[in-house]
Amino acid sequence: MDLNIAGIRLDVTEDGYLTDLSQWNKEIAIEIAKENGIELTDKHWEVLYWIQDQVKNDVALSVRGIKKSGVLDIKEFYELFPGGPLKISTKIAGVPKPKSCI
Amino acid sequence: MKNLVILGAGTSGTMMANHLVSKLPKKEWQITIVDQYKTHYYQPGFLFLPFDIYNENQVKKVGKKFIPKGVNYVQKKIEQIFPKENKVELEDETLNYDILIVATGCKIAPQETEGMKGENWHKSVFDFYTFEGSLALRNKLRDWKGGKMVVHFTEMPIKCPVAPLEFVFLADSYFTKKGMRDKVDLTYVTPLGGAFTKPKATAALSHLMKEKNIKVVTDFNIERVDNEKNQIVDYADTTVDFDLLVTVPTNMGDEVIERSGMGDDLNFVPTHHNTLQSIDNENIFVIGDATNVPASKAGSVAHFASETLTDNILLYIEGKPLKEEFDGHANCFIETGKNKALLIDFNYKFEPLEGTFPIAGIGPLKLLKESIFNHWGKLAFRWIYWNMLLKGIPIPMVSRNMSLKGKKIN
Ligand SMILES: Cc1cc2nc3c(=O)[nH]c(=O)nc-3n(C[C@H](O)[C@H](O)[C@H](O)COP(=O)(O)OP(=O)(O)OC[C@H]3O[C@@H](n4cnc5c(N)ncnc54)[C@H](O)[C@@H]3O)c2cc1C
Repeated sequence: MDLNIAGIRLDVTEDGYLTDLSQWNKEIAIEIAKENGIELTDKHWEVLYWIQDQVKNDVALSVRGIKKSGVLDIKEFYELFPGGPLKISTKIAGVPKPKSCI
Repeated sequence: MKNLVILGAGTSGTMMANHLVSKLPKKEWQITIVDQYKTHYYQPGFLFLPFDIYNENQVKKVGKKFIPKGVNYVQKKIEQIFPKENKVELEDETLNYDILIVATGCKIAPQETEGMKGENWHKSVFDFYTFEGSLALRNKLRDWKGGKMVVHFTEMPIKCPVAPLEFVFLADSYFTKKGMRDKVDLTYVTPLGGAFTKPKATAALSHLMKEKNIKVVTDFNIERVDNEKNQIVDYADTTVDFDLLVTVPTNMGDEVIERSGMGDDLNFVPTHHNTLQSIDNENIFVIGDATNVPASKAGSVAHFASETLTDNILLYIEGKPLKEEFDGHANCFIETGKNKALLIDFNYKFEPLEGTFPIAGIGPLKLLKESIFNHWGKLAFRWIYWNMLLKGIPIPMVSRNMSLKGKKIN
């Protein structure tokens, strides 16, 4: 599938996750965040970059990993990305959502 | 004499010993394999043990029986690996190696979640990822009168990621057969966005939960088990009540990886996705559940990986470039209850698709669809495991790399 965000055509999964992190940029993140009712602050960006680093290093993302991240605590994580914090933050960060094999 | 040392004689280590014994010249190479336990468990059987489908004896055998002649088997605990010095410290001896294969697997870590391994552990809070947990759960279920059963997993990655789903399906069948399904309230709790997370599988399988009257709670990130109120509590303060909790705790690599400073946060060893060489040490290779590669942690994956790794060890010895061949291929049966199962075949790149397997257009197995034939396949897997997989015998018609033949891509 592809999607048009911030004037750029992007490759995304059926549920709207970028399939190629190299297509990601700040404008795209801002747009996806807006769709999810989130206005990005400095803290959001810090978390988004941390998430991208984890993914680049093959570290599985989990809420427990957030606790150990030193970037923020879990309460803040929920406040920054209300609803499903991992599901939403990964979408904005342009990385795959945490998933299982089916 | 050169030394190749294999750490762990579970599924992967045993397979590697069997592959390599006939490939490495005996005059030049001594192969040693180390494991702390005498018993080799057939872990996929832990799914069936609680429901009295398998008994204790069907899921365990003496591990040494599967180690080929010519391989030195050492039953000892591994204390620490010293990658810089090419040595491994065991309880009471030190082994030097030229090549090391890490196959120490992963295991549950209930202590990572507050209250999980508390006063109700193996009383009303159970795991089924260990022999002890699975057996205790069987004994509990034999005379359980019903109530709220919650099947839950803590976080990814877990080995055999479909096992909790299979468990809830089998529970539905089990209670139906016992004539007490109306007395059991079944709930499936997942940290992910849905019971199914891949688009094709979601479309093909979502109906199963409804059909079987299983409630689903998604996006549940467990903070603690409340042993007073019999609830699991998540970070957003949502709670789920239970009378019987069947949980899959966080899965982690063995502590020896942490002690050796070789792992990530969860003690998984950083490993090249396609060659299976460790990222940090060129003479250390990693296979199976111990790696951090983004493949499923499953015996079938280890089987496919073992074929590539065998080739790569030989190439490494000859000083030639390694094959970047391993594609994360997995081939797993998924029990859906009532004597039916699904089959999925996938790799790093392709999600499970519908189609026929292993022969395109014919099957006889159907991908991503329930069938009785697939269920027989799952039961046959136990025989295949003991008699073919562990011995490193290739499975007829199923190649190490995933094939797109017979699969519906769109
Ligand atoms: C409930 C359940 C259902 C499953 N169902 C399926 C299925 O249907 N299909 C499928 O393909 N896979 C399934 N699996 C997964 C499969 O069992 C594993 O992926 C496979 O066993 C991994 O093999 P391994 O060799 O990497 O690890 P293991 O087989 O776990 O072996 C690791 C070995 O290392 C040893 N070891 C670790 N640390 C030390 C130490 N410090 N000192 C000495 N020895 C040590 C351990 O004793 C162990 O014997 C299932 C698993 C579970 C739990």
